[in-house]
Amino acid sequence: MMSYFSLAVLAVAVLAVIFGLILGYASIKFKVQSDPLVDQIDNLLPQTQCGQCGYPGCRPYAEAVANGDEINKCPPGGESTIKDLADLMGVEAKPLSAAHGVEDVKKVAYIREDECIGCTKCIQACPVDAILGAAKQMHTIIIDECTGCDLCVEPCPVDCIDMVPLQETSQNWKWKFSQTGTGDIPIRTVQ
Amino acid sequence: MSAFTDFDTIMERLASRKLWDFPGGVRPNGQKALSNTHPIDQMPLPKTLFVPLKQHIGVDADLIVKVGDHVKRGQPLTESHNPFAVPVHASSSGTITEIAPKVSAHPSGINELTIVIETDGRDHPVKYTPIADYLNQERACLIEAICKAGISGMGGAGFPTHVKSNNVKPLEFLIINGVECEPYISADDRLMREHAWQIRQGIDILEHLLSPKQVIIAIEDNKPEAFKTMSLACQHQTSYQVVSIPTKYPAGGEKQLIQVLTSREVPSDGLPVDVGCLMYNVGTCFAVSDAIIEGKPLTERVVTLTGKALSQPKNVWARIGTPVSDCLQAAGYEPEKQPYPNIIMGGPMMGFTLKSAQCPIVKTTNCLLAPAKRELPTLEQEKPCIRCSACADACPVSLLPQQLFWYSKSKEYELVEDYNLFDCIECGACAYVCPSEIPLVHYYRVAKADIRQQKIDKEKSEKAKVRFESRKARLLAEKKAREEKHRLAAEARKKAMKSDGSGAKDKIAAALARAKAKKAQQAMKASSPDKKEDLSANENPIPSNNAVASSVAESKHGENKSDKIAAAVARAKAKKARQQQEAKANGVNAEDKKPQPQNGASSAGDAGTETPAMDTSNSDSDKKKKIAAAIARAKAKKAAQQKNNDT
Repeated sequence: MMSYFSLAVLAVAVLAVIFGLILGYASIKFKVQSDPLVDQIDNLLPQTQCGQCGYPGCRPYAEAVANGDEINKCPPGGESTIKDLADLMGVEAKPLSAAHGVEDVKKVAYIREDECIGCTKCIQACPVDAILGAAKQMHTIIIDECTGCDLCVEPCPVDCIDMVPLQETSQNWKWKFSQTGTGDIPIRTVQ
Repeated sequence: MSAFTDFDTIMERLASRKLWDFPGGVRPNGQKALSNTHPIDQMPLPKTLFVPLKQHIGVDADLIVKVGDHVKRGQPLTESHNPFAVPVHASSSGTITEIAPKVSAHPSGINELTIVIETDGRDHPVKYTPIADYLNQERACLIEAICKAGISGMGGAGFPTHVKSNNVKPLEFLIINGVECEPYISADDRLMREHAWQIRQGIDILEHLLSPKQVIIAIEDNKPEAFKTMSLACQHQTSYQVVSIPTKYPAGGEKQLIQVLTSREVPSDGLPVDVGCLMYNVGTCFAVSDAIIEGKPLTERVVTLTGKALSQPKNVWARIGTPVSDCLQAAGYEPEKQPYPNIIMGGPMMGFTLKSAQCPIVKTTNCLLAPAKRELPTLEQEKPCIRCSACADACPVSLLPQQLFWYSKSKEYELVEDYNLFDCIECGACAYVCPSEIPLVHYYRVAKADIRQQKIDKEKSEKAKVRFESRKARLLAEKKAREEKHRLAAEARKKAMKSDGSGAKDKIAAALARAKAKKAQQAMKASSPDKKEDLSANENPIPSNNAVASSVAESKHGENKSDKIAAAVARAKAKKARQQQEAKANGVNAEDKKPQPQNGASSAGDAGTETPAMDTSNSDSDKKKKIAAAIARAKAKKAAQQKNNDT
């Protein structure tokens, strides 16, 4: 009777050791370098690196969200980002927190070049290296790289940086529903 | 090629006139008789031509003319080495008066860069260089000629023809599209009736370029005259077959026509050439013939002017760039008599309402439709979808329009894509049959635009992320390098201290001794000023040499140097002014104890009023003004910040 009991204990102990080894090996072999959730959240964020959420960049905010911070602190992402984050995190979508700003049209920075004194302060502030220039030389913005984060406006000592809305062209124009009433798309002929 | 019907079967079916069919489709009232009874008219030469730089799918070309230039008809206005760029040409002789953004022939009406030509009425052409012996020419040469003639697809989409013609994949069918399935339009119909011979020449050239096994010319059976003339023109070509296809909208769609003729379906993300077919519009064939046989670039096209609001609906040869208003005038349009003046570019199914009658005819404009009040209904109030599935029955691509509508409306774009939104050809058949008057195509267009924008945003955010990360890495590396440098320097100091042996005390003693010696020297110098002068006199020759050299340099770059000096003086003066201002501002502060923002403003104002006064005393006022202005702005900003901090 005793031997059966000890046999069972032994068997379970051996199994436990084997599985322990397997799990231990797996934890080393398949170790995930960073939190995949943070990466997923980071991918949803607009990467403007504007810091309006109160964190120094999109990734820190992604980490904060992964640790349970609110999902409504990202004005550049707006409603759609909040919706995506809510889906990912399994929480209710909520309106954008007004404390962190409001959703705005897409803008890019523009340097009024003849007023620029070449102080390089905006270059240091730009999180994506979208400003070209050197000390005492006029600076300019690479529009295609600018994320419209607003961070260069504050440091400028002569206030020569404007945030201008991106121009609408026939390429990025969208059909507007307000026009349907006036027969914007003709779609049927009277017989 | 085994996945779809083989060549021989298709040829058998074509010979026995048994065609296939595409799913869905609608049969709207053709209304072709309005405009197809008269021969194509020649439009009077317009006074002003508006030639947009970009009239096709692809990229912009570069301008090669400027305002004031005199141009001749057919003279290229743009050029580009980009293979997807198509040049535009002056449609008549005249003077370029303006190159500026003008209202575009696009549903948005957004201004696009346009060349405005004031015509001189003489219509002088440039010297054309025809390639009459095209059969003996290199392929590349012909394709280049087609590109230089500025030809892009004239059926509607405007795909650059030379890109399409540069096909290297095996080709079985070259299909010439004379279907013209959309109601009202009869431009291709009239062109085939009157210029079948030139169209055939164009087909010959394309046939020579592409060497297909078979050429099929497809014409809808509501155009018997066009069918007859085309059959006559092609009767001696054994590999050409003119086929009459049943009238059904949208049989003229590229993928639908291929399906009707060959039963092959173009894959979702593929091109017609993936199923061994290539398709050209008859208008494009005509333009190719013009370009090669006569060397004439594309400067005019047939446009149908129709609709019951016109007293003389007809087809006209219109120069590219003719304002729409001129065309309508030629057809007897009186906008003041119209209760709802409404001009549609394109047909009633796929066209769009123009924002302005000033917009020009472009290479893809096949029709201008001016409906009378009751001709096209204004859209009624959209009613809820009743899930009748009439749209699904009408869809020529076998999509589920009601689902697409549902998900487009709720902006669930992933699901919309799962339902193959991007296979929608926006033909409007679903909206045509919808009993609830839902503008379905409109929802799809919005969804498509949104999805494209999302993709662009996503790409951009990826790029921003990469740049942000690399910047962070760079800053970190710089910081590490700095720390490393400091550490090494500190180590070197420590080492030096240690290796000195006797240590710090000796060093201090040495430093003290040095200091003392220096003091003694200074005392000596002070006591004997004559000596110092001597010394300086001795030292002088060398710098004076330099001075000579620099004076020589000065005579060369005199302006430069004097500029610099002036700038320096200006800076110094500006600094002084600033200091004065500061004093003044402080004074104001103390006296009035006004709130800070006004101070900031007043100091900025002071700077503004003070600087001009200084300018008069100085020669390079411009630079100084700028500096002063910059300083003033900086100060104003500081003041505002201070105020912010205070409050």
